[in-house]
Amino acid sequence: MTTVETAAESIGTTAAGGPLLEVRDLHVEFKTRDGVAKAVNGVNYSVSAGETLAVLGESGSGKSVTAQAIMGILDSPPGRVAQGEILFHGQNILALPESERRKLRGNKMAMIFQDALSSLNPVLSVGFQLGEMFRAHQGLSKKDAKKKAIELMDRVRIPAAKERVGDYAHQFSGGMRQRIMIAMAIALEPDLIIADEPTTALDVTVQAQVMDLLAELQRESNMGLILITHDLGVVADVADKIAVMYAGRIVETAPVHEIYKRPAHPYTKGLLRSIPRLDQKGQELYAIKGLPPNLLAVPSGCAFNPRCEMAQDICRTDVPPLHTVTEADGGELPGRGSACHFWKETIHG
Amino acid sequence: MTEVVTGMDGSGTTAAGPAPAAPSAAEPSVARISNWSEIRARFLANKLAVFGLLIVVILLLVAVFAPLIAPADPLHQDLMNTLKEPSSKHWLGTDALGRDQLSRIIYGSRIAMIVGLASILLACFIGITLGAIAGYFGRIWDTLIMRVADVFFAFPLLVGAIVIILLMGRGVLPVVISLGIFSWATFARLLRSQILSVREMDYVHAAKALGASRRRIVLKHILPNSVTSVVVYAASSVGIAIVAEASLSFLGVGVSPEVAEWGNMIFAGKDFMGVKDYLWVYPSLSIVTTALGFVFLGNGLRDALDPKLR
Amino acid sequence: MGRYVVRRLGQLVVVVLGATMILFACLFVLPGDPVGSIGGDKARDPAVVKELRAHYGLDDPLVVQYVHYVEKLGKGDLGEDYTQGRSVNEILQPKLVNTAKLAVTAIIFDVILGLSVGVLAAMRRYSVWDVSVTFLTTLAVGVPSIVIGMILQRFFVVELGWFPLISDGSFNSMVLPAVTLAIIDAALVAQIARSTMLEVLRADYVKTAVAKGLPRRTILTRHIMRNSVIPVITYLGISFGGLLGGALITETIFNWDGIGLALITAIQSQNNPIIVGVVTYSVAVFILLNLIVDLLYAALDPRIRLS
Repeated sequence: MTTVETAAESIGTTAAGGPLLEVRDLHVEFKTRDGVAKAVNGVNYSVSAGETLAVLGESGSGKSVTAQAIMGILDSPPGRVAQGEILFHGQNILALPESERRKLRGNKMAMIFQDALSSLNPVLSVGFQLGEMFRAHQGLSKKDAKKKAIELMDRVRIPAAKERVGDYAHQFSGGMRQRIMIAMAIALEPDLIIADEPTTALDVTVQAQVMDLLAELQRESNMGLILITHDLGVVADVADKIAVMYAGRIVETAPVHEIYKRPAHPYTKGLLRSIPRLDQKGQELYAIKGLPPNLLAVPSGCAFNPRCEMAQDICRTDVPPLHTVTEADGGELPGRGSACHFWKETIHG
Repeated sequence: MTEVVTGMDGSGTTAAGPAPAAPSAAEPSVARISNWSEIRARFLANKLAVFGLLIVVILLLVAVFAPLIAPADPLHQDLMNTLKEPSSKHWLGTDALGRDQLSRIIYGSRIAMIVGLASILLACFIGITLGAIAGYFGRIWDTLIMRVADVFFAFPLLVGAIVIILLMGRGVLPVVISLGIFSWATFARLLRSQILSVREMDYVHAAKALGASRRRIVLKHILPNSVTSVVVYAASSVGIAIVAEASLSFLGVGVSPEVAEWGNMIFAGKDFMGVKDYLWVYPSLSIVTTALGFVFLGNGLRDALDPKLR
Repeated sequence: MGRYVVRRLGQLVVVVLGATMILFACLFVLPGDPVGSIGGDKARDPAVVKELRAHYGLDDPLVVQYVHYVEKLGKGDLGEDYTQGRSVNEILQPKLVNTAKLAVTAIIFDVILGLSVGVLAAMRRYSVWDVSVTFLTTLAVGVPSIVIGMILQRFFVVELGWFPLISDGSFNSMVLPAVTLAIIDAALVAQIARSTMLEVLRADYVKTAVAKGLPRRTILTRHIMRNSVIPVITYLGISFGGLLGGALITETIFNWDGIGLALITAIQSQNNPIIVGVVTYSVAVFILLNLIVDLLYAALDPRIRLS
């Protein structure tokens, strides 16, 4: 027992040379009345300190479920991690007892949710909810916690923080509420922040402000950031690399700018084509045909095959592995991968 | 969601009370009319609901065909055969005046059904009319109607009903009217809160934007989508009204004492407790079965119409 | 907070006025000539009748009588009863205390039993415990208090003799009527507690609390319970009004000397001031409790307080 505890304590203090977080072959299942839904089917990705990974995908692609598995906040039952490892500072946190995982949450890794209004407790003041972080993890007194809460609100640039610390979530605007969520996440200066669609619920103008704030805070304290989104537009300015998910698998990985120029998977290609562009004014907007797969009955072979314009027989039978993507002449393209049997044709035309 | 809770002692009421809707659900979830066949399938898949429906249907048949089913005249006194235990001649025995208990229970279902259905129909009529006016026209109408509803709401069902019956005298009609008058407020409140939320739904805005007439919007869009929860509440309310009716008779302020009616029978049997228990046990069973039938039916309807609420 | 309270108080005044009008109308139009029952045989003498009518103010115009009535009501005076000439308050107050004892015991029973059963069911959702709680509470809701009262009386008084047949006001004789009164509400409280608990457990802010790494206990007491308890409190406030209706039946079955029994007795003797007195009490209690619940509600939920 003591060895486990010391191991958990040491997490974060003895940062090994490797990445901050590494997800290895993660499988998550949900038991439902109609059968087992395989929400995540062997996901691999990693984030280093100071790095931003954008995870892109439609709803139901497993991007949020992966994040919840990392945080240890899956609804379980019905959800459970069926297989795989999550290495945080080199240690598999899935093997830790719940009490140790709890100490990591909020402290070493924190999460920002999409809808700040419903994610904040309506009957407790925001100051109280911010202060809770310090009281639960550092044993601060109620008074000191409140001081810290005001500091935090100042730090995320909420005007008149001192006066507003006793206000409730419904009294703030959407953008301010999301700032409070961000303040809560950075309260204990965690090593990793997972932001699950942090700007989706906000107005476009406010979106940029919130995103900039998040990026700035990340730079200041050299945190790893996982940015979950379905919006390719949000990603471009902030992320270092991208992982595209479909039906619980990663279908493409790439450094952020390359993916816009040369996607290596038909699904990514479709997503990019469905963004409205000024230079294509007057043309009909492209849409990927069909519907996202039913997780209870994922198509055999490549899950995307029923919607893919390039699908061949092999796509309906064999699950494509994540191929290493190279230049047409075999030159290296670091960090690039595509789970498509025809990645060469896709990227090189 | 304005949660409707239903108790068999006339405490049937909206949980939100006079205060604003329950905070746990600031956004009322409105039962959307989905596909009827889907609703029917969900209802039929619910065994308890089907059981409730079966009870209600059987009771209705018994009430309608009482003269054909009952072995004897429920009022016929046979002073040579009083207080006879259940036997092959009198399946459920006879009472202190030698009247056949089974026949009295069978005829009792008539009073129960008539009072239950009629009083709730009356309550629905008043409640839906006033609730719709309050919810749709708002302003002064809303204030006026809702304050009147508050006043009626402040009288406990049985207490309020007794007052009306004292004014009108005992009998079936006074019982129906009194229960209706003190039940409508809940229907009005329920419908109003539903309308207020449906009114803000996108499809109503869409209809307005498309230039639909006010009448059309109310009749085609707002009422059908608001009324489902009222229907659900009405189903369980019938059970409440039947219990209230029996309670009034039991207290000596319902239908006339000689009428074959379950509350009267239980009251008459009370004096023979421990000696002739069959006198009150069978009418009690009838009330419980009836009440449960309507509770199961109401719950089944609720779950079938809006599975979210489960 | 201030504006909210003022608005609620304003609504209250309207309800009180409306209720007094109905009550006054009852007092006035209830059948049974008061003078007849007071004066007995002497009432045949026109002079006595005239004097009595003047004494009770029965010859004044309706509006005047109503104003008098409200004035007296404001002072807490419910008038005199027709048979003994004693003040209605004097007669009813000890009975009100008895009914209150019964009702408070029932409410405590409701809260303890209903809340714990409902919360446990929600936390062990789909377990055998949860399924049986759901089933039993549905059954309990369908069994009216006449039947519960009769059954309890049959077994615990007649068969086992554990409790007295004629109640003597002792705690022992209060047990059965209180249980009868409480059972249905306890079942409803359990149902409400279960469903709000389930709703709150699924709420995003609970997920946030977990993601913050708060200890389980803190999440349960601070984030879950506080939000779950609000609808239960609302229901209890209203159910108290229903309890007064239920008290009519339980007090009749168990001979408990409360205002319910007083009402039934008064109906039999056409003692109108007592009848109206009981109705007034029950309306007043209901209105008062609703106000308390509203204030509690505002205290617990800032969205109401600050809107």
